[in-house]
Amino acid sequence: MSKQLIKGNEAIVKGAILAGCRAFYGYPITPASEIAEAAALYMPQVGGVFLQAESEVAAINMLYGAASAGVRAMTASSGPGISLMQEGISYLAGAELPCVIADIMRGGPGLGNIAPEQGDYNQVVKGGGHGCYRTLVLAPESVQEMASLTSLAFDLADKYRNPVVVLADGCIGQMMEPVEFPATVVEPQVPRWAVTGTADSRPNLITSLHLDPDDLEAHIRHLEAKYRRAEREEVRFESWRTEDAEIVLVGYGIVARILKAAVEQARSEGLAVGLLRPITLYPFPGDELRRLSRRACAFVVVELSTGQLVDDVRLAVEGRRPVEFHGRAGGNIPGCEEVLALVRDMIPREQMADA
Amino acid sequence: MPDLTIPGYTVVHEKPRSFYPVCERKPEMQHQTHYCPGCGHGIAHKLIAVAIDELGIQDRTVLISPVGCSVFAYYYFDTGNIQVAHGRAPAVATAVKRSRPESIVIAYQGDGDLAAIGAAEILHAANRGEPITVIFINNGTYGMTGGQMAPTTLIGQTTTTTPFGRNVWNEGYPLHVSELLASLEAPVYVERVGLGSNKQIMNAARAVRRAIENQVKGLGFSLVEILSPCPTIWKMNPVEAQRRVLEETVKTFPLGQFRDRTKSAPARPAAAPVPLFAEIPAILGLANGASPAAKTMRSGETIDWRVRVAGFGGQGVLMLGEVLAEAGLDAGFEVSWLPSYGPEMRSGTSNCHVRLSSKPIDSPLVLHPNVLLAMNEPSLRKFLAPVEPGGWVFYNGTEIPQGCAGRLDVHFIARPFAEIAGNAGDARSANMTMLGALLEATGMLAEERVLAALRRRVSSGHWLEVDRRALDGGREAVTKGVRHES
Repeated sequence: MSKQLIKGNEAIVKGAILAGCRAFYGYPITPASEIAEAAALYMPQVGGVFLQAESEVAAINMLYGAASAGVRAMTASSGPGISLMQEGISYLAGAELPCVIADIMRGGPGLGNIAPEQGDYNQVVKGGGHGCYRTLVLAPESVQEMASLTSLAFDLADKYRNPVVVLADGCIGQMMEPVEFPATVVEPQVPRWAVTGTADSRPNLITSLHLDPDDLEAHIRHLEAKYRRAEREEVRFESWRTEDAEIVLVGYGIVARILKAAVEQARSEGLAVGLLRPITLYPFPGDELRRLSRRACAFVVVELSTGQLVDDVRLAVEGRRPVEFHGRAGGNIPGCEEVLALVRDMIPREQMADA
Repeated sequence: MPDLTIPGYTVVHEKPRSFYPVCERKPEMQHQTHYCPGCGHGIAHKLIAVAIDELGIQDRTVLISPVGCSVFAYYYFDTGNIQVAHGRAPAVATAVKRSRPESIVIAYQGDGDLAAIGAAEILHAANRGEPITVIFINNGTYGMTGGQMAPTTLIGQTTTTTPFGRNVWNEGYPLHVSELLASLEAPVYVERVGLGSNKQIMNAARAVRRAIENQVKGLGFSLVEILSPCPTIWKMNPVEAQRRVLEETVKTFPLGQFRDRTKSAPARPAAAPVPLFAEIPAILGLANGASPAAKTMRSGETIDWRVRVAGFGGQGVLMLGEVLAEAGLDAGFEVSWLPSYGPEMRSGTSNCHVRLSSKPIDSPLVLHPNVLLAMNEPSLRKFLAPVEPGGWVFYNGTEIPQGCAGRLDVHFIARPFAEIAGNAGDARSANMTMLGALLEATGMLAEERVLAALRRRVSSGHWLEVDRRALDGGREAVTKGVRHES
């Protein structure tokens, strides 16, 4: 299939429909609204459901209903809307319902602004709702990945019967790049556990309620086992010129694109710099960071926040190497030069440390 | 055994089939409910189960259990069961029904659930006319959490959170859900019934059955509000509690039908036909030929155009960038287009970053452009400084404004592009005159690539012609120098 120049937000919807998604429930918010708009355009044409809900609270519970009925379903929002959805996400995880949630991050806290930020990392990656659960989190860095990771998100959601978040930012959502879509169309399947209003599905029950402490603990252990399995099987990352890197840059989403430019520039100046880009933020590529920490002298985490991903990097590196942090917030995006200045400043120190 | 035969009635000595014979999901005492003696939930459950039996819809039924005492409704109903968050049953029911239109979706909700925390969800589900059935139990209290005030608690009634009685100055008035929903256009059936006497219960049975039957018939939103006793929280025995419903509760909540449009409800339009899977790529605009072929006819040249386009909102800044990116893709280059977004779309200034490169694009941000297209003076002032030495600056104006003339290290092309566009047909296509000038001066892309991109983006034949002439006007303005006509 040929390449199409489209916005990241639109790529999510096309990728979702090709992946068999047939229900979209959402509430408008900048910079995610194009996702709802594209879903409103395409869902009715492919035999799917689109509904603009009365709130994000209603939207996420509509997802609960669609997922209960065995339909591949998704919603999209941004920071403030994701905050409102957290209750529902906890219920979805507790009831083991698969669904996909796109978070096109904007500035916070509060109303913040509509410019790109990565301040939702903690509330999405750590599970912002109540209880012991996780969401699997995928972080696209390009419009192509907005499509392909959305498709992957549906597969992972079904495999683990758990909500999966596609965590992007306003930049990736709004920008246009060429996208090559898969030539295949996934045919929606109805899972055997779903409640569909049929004789076969009559014995099925969807609930997150386990009144007895032993029952609930067993259920939580069961969820935990799924997360351990995901940690073994689903870690994804991109390693960019890290094999001989003395300084490893770490960033995801739009930041990773800037860091790639920084790596190229640094290499042209003879500096041994590489990039580790987590594609799955949960499960987190901690093992790879630990492996890299055996050779690299230092890590530099760059985020569009005051430091959230950096906590996970520090946990992974376990204090063996210094982990520097450079964050911009409020919608400001660091330029390549800004990162390079930091790296150039570190090199003499690291060389001294080696000597 | 005494003779229980009553003329005109059939005495049934068994549970409805839609109840489980033994409640295996219940941890203990699996032959009885968890409800207190005299509780209205047990009666309401039975009325629903009987209706499901009578309508022959057990297999099709999906019961939505709420949060509250009836959270365990799924212990009892041998139907599909979904237990949901507090107040959200109408949202969940909406999605189940929309994805499985053949299912019969019954949302069972209490008064805290429906009328307080879930007020928005019930209002909007009703207003959309979701063809679901809602059974709403009004007992004026939060039973499960131990007797706190509900939106339906009567004035003066003592609860654990209104220890001095419900005071209208502090807690407001009891919420009349049926009356409220009956003020909406969409609902087809709204009735309030009671469980205060056998006669009331018989009437409730009829209403519950109708509300479910409406769904079977494919009619719209139906709700039955059931005034229900809660002896435990009310601190009464079952007989006293039932009498309170009959004598007290009905004074605040009068019984009756508030809406019955079951006979006049318009038929719901049939669902759109579902396309074949093979048709889906074409619906999404992904069929071959709908977009430029990948990697066509690329000459081996190495390019790295970093373009910033800026101007007022409405000048076609983003469109200019889109056409450039699309034409670049068509020419076989890697491309990216990143807009400023948000309020700028509505007013104020607008700008976008465009990259065309022979190598994969790392950062789509253009902080140091080698091409600047400034459609107004503020944009020129804002973005001129970071333009790379040797870069190109196109400015919509005849004179380089004061303070901007010092950049002698860039190619400066200042022309009255809006005026040139006006002369070519329409001043609103100034963006295309600037694009024409860019192509002429830099040779960035072949004309036919740009025209092909325009054809994909502009559907109106008139505007396509205007844009084409504007492109030519822009080219001429570069080759012939400043053209200024009054």
